[in-house]
Amino acid sequence: MIDFTRYIGQTAGGAMNRLLDDSHSKHLGIKMDTPFTRFLILLMAAAALVAVYRLGWGLRASTHMNDYWPWGLWISFDVLGGVAMAAGAFLIAGAVYILNWKKYQCIARASILNAFFGYLLAAISITLDVGRSFVIWHPLIMWQVNSVMFIVALHLVLYLSTLATESSPMVFEKLGWQRALHIVGRGMIGAVMFGVALSLLHQSSLGANYLIVPGKLSPLWYSKLLPYLFLVSSIMMGLSMVSFETILTGKVFNHKTPLDVLEGLSRGVVLVGSLYCAMKIGLLAAGPGFGALIDGGFLGVMWLLEMAVGVVIPVALLAKRSNRRNLDTIFVASILVILGVLLNRLDVGIFAISDYANRTGADYFPSAMELILTSGMIAFAILGFKVCAKYLNLFPETDH
Amino acid sequence: MIRVRRSAMSISRRQFLKGVAGSGLVLAAGVSSTEARMSKKLPPEAVGLLYDATLCIGCKSCMVNCKIYNSVPGGALYKEGVASGVTDSLRCSKTEQTEKMASPPYETDGIEGNEGVWDAAEDLSGKTLSIIKAYRNGSGERKDTPVNGHAFFKQQCLHCITPACVSVCPAGAFVKDPHNGVVYYEAYRCIGCRYCQIACPFNIPRYEWDSVWPEVRKCQLCHHRFKEGKYSACAEFCPTGATIFGKVVELREEAKRRFNLKPGSRYDYPIRTLGAKEVNTRTVAPYADRIYGLNEAGGTQNLMLSGISFDLLGFSKKIPDSALPDLTWAYIAKIPWVFLAVFVGGTGIHAITGRLDKNRKEKGGGHD
Ligand code: SF4
Ligand code: SF4
Ligand code: SF4
Repeated sequence: MIDFTRYIGQTAGGAMNRLLDDSHSKHLGIKMDTPFTRFLILLMAAAALVAVYRLGWGLRASTHMNDYWPWGLWISFDVLGGVAMAAGAFLIAGAVYILNWKKYQCIARASILNAFFGYLLAAISITLDVGRSFVIWHPLIMWQVNSVMFIVALHLVLYLSTLATESSPMVFEKLGWQRALHIVGRGMIGAVMFGVALSLLHQSSLGANYLIVPGKLSPLWYSKLLPYLFLVSSIMMGLSMVSFETILTGKVFNHKTPLDVLEGLSRGVVLVGSLYCAMKIGLLAAGPGFGALIDGGFLGVMWLLEMAVGVVIPVALLAKRSNRRNLDTIFVASILVILGVLLNRLDVGIFAISDYANRTGADYFPSAMELILTSGMIAFAILGFKVCAKYLNLFPETDH
Repeated sequence: MIRVRRSAMSISRRQFLKGVAGSGLVLAAGVSSTEARMSKKLPPEAVGLLYDATLCIGCKSCMVNCKIYNSVPGGALYKEGVASGVTDSLRCSKTEQTEKMASPPYETDGIEGNEGVWDAAEDLSGKTLSIIKAYRNGSGERKDTPVNGHAFFKQQCLHCITPACVSVCPAGAFVKDPHNGVVYYEAYRCIGCRYCQIACPFNIPRYEWDSVWPEVRKCQLCHHRFKEGKYSACAEFCPTGATIFGKVVELREEAKRRFNLKPGSRYDYPIRTLGAKEVNTRTVAPYADRIYGLNEAGGTQNLMLSGISFDLLGFSKKIPDSALPDLTWAYIAKIPWVFLAVFVGGTGIHAITGRLDKNRKEKGGGHD
């Protein structure tokens, strides 16, 4: 390894050396230079080019959005989906720090870091999506409290800072900054509570964004309970995301998967999934009625698909107690939930307004550049997580 | 220019500051939903347009003059250039601009041999704030008849009494003038999130998709002309009185009066403004349906009458009769309570579970 003290002096060089020391993760066996990593870097490079092009040539040149589809893939997938994926952090942090469920301690750092990347992805994408990226900070000084979007913007900034605070012990540990560690440690409960409140609001605010469009969103998705639907589904998604990631890192990083933790998470998915399912079916019955699924044509199919993939099948899979101790079943169920909730966000963000927009002759399918940017963002999150797993103590062994 | 004070909004802002930023859980009750909600009353001097499709001959004089009179400083189509737009936004203020635009932003796309001499707008867009469209059915012979008939209709911002576009804008770039009720746009504030486009139930705001520093465009009722004692260009240049300008309360009366006229009788339709001496006397055609704008989205300042039902003309059927911003405010007003609940509840639970955990550890040797 390069010794940085020779180049940037004793203090900075020493810190650098400590940061890049990966001896603690030796047992995980994370190799950096793999074909997969190169592929991720390629995707990120392509996305960076798209970002530059988008900033220089405008939205028409880079996307297929139009006056009838003003929000496209970036909002629906990167922002709505990315934020939903991040829900694991507040659940695990809340369980560990507020409820004192110490058994989840071993996955707290990983889930918080994962959320950090989810939110970063959302923040970068929305910055590129707005037409005037360089003044995206305007809402922070031009308050407009009637706007859910303003609330979302404020929360995004506050929550990113909270997540950074919650993740900082890993870095301070590495640097050996005992005093900083101590300070953050003392404020941790406060930070976690702030994070929980922000998350509850942020997850539901994204749904609340759509409360204002009763006439545009298909009744299969529009409901006064949209904020709560978003919140509950994000919890389902967050739990599955943590399971998915724990099993995956267990597989690729030679990291022992704590089975009782996964069992607990799966039980959570069953409970929350059932609640979500009941809400969705109740709202369907109370609102447009079951007939709407058939009359809805394509939209009806999307609704059924989303519910089958994301809710019914995984909940059924995990309902049996023995299945909740089977890594493969949990893995499959988690992936299904993640896909289902992502599909739900795409449905709300893109498909649910199609009846309204198509009536006017407009149409939308993401452009190649929109797809490339989104893939680059996903690659960024994966690679970022991998780098952190290598250099930070992401999976502290639980003290037995 | 005198800047309009945003009384309603600054109250709500202060209230909200108290409620949230002071992590002011004690003050949560300070956000009184009634005060902070956007006003649902018609502003005292509210002005608007009445468009009567039965008088419209489709000459498009309103469209042309809309572009001409909005291409001057202060007009809704006016833009000096990207550079000054960017500096205005970064400095968070508006510079006084004086140069007229070289020519109005005509839409010439897709028509061969057309070098900007013919405006071929097909829809509202970043260049077109008001448009006349045609309805045609079967042989199209008879005007204002649904079957085998034709009719014209106009699309533009309706200047909602409680506008969704204003309520959703995170940067306050859309403003409803508390005095005359005009809904206008302050470009320097806008971040380009296009939430206003999503929120408007009539799908009115349009985006400058091609621009690198895009603006949102929509009719602002020519409010830049008011201080010269003038009024909306579309009304001033409408030859038949199909579009007239006036006070909303009076326009509502006029619309109701027309709606109740006996088809076939004669009526003196005023031209340009309500109460104008010049009139267009003609036979009353039957009105279909309803007075559009009386109830839609909680009421609008522009009103429309038509011989053909608005549903047939393609106006959305699903627009509720209540003010849309109420839907989101119901949610936003709960936010301080969530903070309160999490902090109070969280602290309590943490204390309890912490003690339980300690007890268990002491007894069971620290295994959980
Ligand atoms: S019609 Fe649309 S753009 Fe015009 S004021 Fe109403 S909500 Fe705003
Ligand atoms: S696009 Fe501009 S005007 Fe419209 S809501 Fe966003 S910031 Fe406001
Ligand atoms: S509203 Fe008046 S100016 Fe416009 S097309 Fe109709 S008749 Fe002509």
